[in-house]
Amino acid sequence: MTPVKRSKPSRRRPVDTWDLRLYVTDDTPRSRAAIANLRSICDTHLKGRFRITTIDLAKSPERAKGDQILATPTLVRRVPIPMRTIIGNLSDIDNALAALDLNTNPHPGKTAESRKK
Amino acid sequence: MKTRRKKVAPSAPLLPKCPTGINGLDEITSGGFPRGRPTLICGEAGCGKTLMAVEFLVRGATQFGEPGVMMSFEETEPELKANAASLGFDLDRLVRTRKIALDYVHIEPSEIQESGEYDLEGLFARLNHAIDSIGAKRVVLDTLEALFGGFRNEAILRAEFRRLFRWLKSKGVTAVITGERGSGQLTRSGLEEYVSDCVILLDHRVCDQIATRHLRIVKYRGSLHGTNEFPFLIGGDGISVLPITSLGLTHEVSTERVGTGIPRLDAMLGRRGFFRGSSILLTGTPGTGKTIVSANFADAACRRGERTMFFSFEESPNQIIRNMHSIGLHLDPHVKKGLLQFHSTRPSLYGLEMHLATMFKEIATFRPQVVVVDPITSMMNTGTPSECRAMVTRLVDYLKANQITSLFTSLTRGGHSLHQSEAAMSSLMDSWLLLQDLEGNGERNRVLYVLKARGMAHSNQVREFLISNHGVDLVDAYIGPSGVLTGSARAAQAAREKADALAIIQDGARRRREVERKSHALDRTISGLRSEREAAEEEVRQINAQVGRRTRLLTTDRIELGRLRQADSASAPDNHTGMKKEPKLP
Repeated sequence: MTPVKRSKPSRRRPVDTWDLRLYVTDDTPRSRAAIANLRSICDTHLKGRFRITTIDLAKSPERAKGDQILATPTLVRRVPIPMRTIIGNLSDIDNALAALDLNTNPHPGKTAESRKK
Repeated sequence: MKTRRKKVAPSAPLLPKCPTGINGLDEITSGGFPRGRPTLICGEAGCGKTLMAVEFLVRGATQFGEPGVMMSFEETEPELKANAASLGFDLDRLVRTRKIALDYVHIEPSEIQESGEYDLEGLFARLNHAIDSIGAKRVVLDTLEALFGGFRNEAILRAEFRRLFRWLKSKGVTAVITGERGSGQLTRSGLEEYVSDCVILLDHRVCDQIATRHLRIVKYRGSLHGTNEFPFLIGGDGISVLPITSLGLTHEVSTERVGTGIPRLDAMLGRRGFFRGSSILLTGTPGTGKTIVSANFADAACRRGERTMFFSFEESPNQIIRNMHSIGLHLDPHVKKGLLQFHSTRPSLYGLEMHLATMFKEIATFRPQVVVVDPITSMMNTGTPSECRAMVTRLVDYLKANQITSLFTSLTRGGHSLHQSEAAMSSLMDSWLLLQDLEGNGERNRVLYVLKARGMAHSNQVREFLISNHGVDLVDAYIGPSGVLTGSARAAQAAREKADALAIIQDGARRRREVERKSHALDRTISGLRSEREAAEEEVRQINAQVGRRTRLLTTDRIELGRLRQADSASAPDNHTGMKKEPKLP
């Protein structure tokens, strides 16, 4: 598994780019599920406006301290603020969308834009 | 020799222990926490769980060469460092020298959402990384239960806890887990379920407005341990657990004697004073001179060149020094030389345990050979009688184990049955001196006697205890028909005896003179008689001479007469006859 996966960054509006970090440990079914679920969520709701950094704590455990990671998988939304932390493999999509504010009003103030896309 | 001893060692492998280095805790756990296994420390808020865990790590890093990891769920790293500094631990330096790794785990439930399955691999990875980064042998998780607030899925948490403890064991680290005390169980979320090897319960109780911390080993699988509740303290240099019951009565004894500074008192104790390392109780009612005897004792020790520690709970050092000047005892040179150290505190300053710990600490630093506690009874007000007794036991044990001669003064209240009130304490003591006030003839006088002195011949006599500006002295008290005579009564008695003695002397002289006079009289009579006899003899001589003269006269007269009568010569032979007839003559 590659530690860093990146979608096509939207160069025009960097502010709108979601910065997501996904912490996993090892290449387990649960890790893979988390990655797959996250990608599908992003592809559906944030097409072209996201950047996912996958961090494998089995390989770089020192990175766990920074984002106060205890459970894996953990998704941390660093941008936009406020920071959000979602633990679990994101199999509960509705729950995950709610946590990321993507279900109804994914990005307050940017609604028109995102609709256009 | 070494190999033989190895062979003698028990064949069954004992549970390996991990010394905590915490004062007293290793004694009651017979060696420390179980090595390579988790230990649970639980207790209510503010009972010292975190400090005990921190000390376990710090001692391990500094004394036993075992680096440690502290994973804190409650306190941040700067907070931990500040808290440890209050115990005198420089956590910052230990972190810099990679002896200790700190990891603050922040859990903010409001920021965390859950979606789908998860596990605590992140925590494992973090912990593993911290352990491996410094080669830690000890791990502290403080307080793991905070996780229950952070994660909603308790089933996952419990499964992960079980896995965590298994993992810690397989990692071979000695772990300490702290847990908040819950109602009905040891920890709020039942952590004891997972940590089954060693559980220590801390407790902070308030009794008579004095708070005392207690520690109890609830469980220690595979090891002997003390089962009692042991008081413990958090002092300036860490935690001290104080075993109430001494583990054994096995201290060394000395046959060396030490003087008391009062020669007559030494004389009462088989002429040589007390045994070194023995404990002496000095009881007395107020104003009987307990402090003076103590000061003499301390002075004598300093004169011998021994380090002496004087714990005073009633007077300040300067006051004692000043007061002793008045009896000609100068303690300040000893203080200047560093032989004598005073330690004055108010008994009410802190609880009994803190007093004891402070005393232990002072004694351990100063390493005195003689310790005076004046008076031990003022401590009695700061705790219950059983606690006080336990405290004195521990103090006496500690002093004896260190071969320190100790003198405890004890204030007895007037009117109390002395023997009863002091019985509890006196049984701990090797020697017991009693100072008492005797009232009579309108005055109070002090007397001293030796109630007991284990292992030495001692006087059974009551001595009067005199305090003058030259010091103290003991004098024989007179025992009269109305009891012990002291003070002026004793002086009166002495005067009386002196007068009696004088009278006897005078009487003798008088009688001698009389006899002499009589013999002189006899001598005179004898000489009178002798001169009378001499006179008689003289008379006899004179009579004889007279008779001779007269006889001769008569003869010559007759011859003359015969011649006149012209008698012939024939008449001459009649001379003789004539003489014979002489007596017939008138």
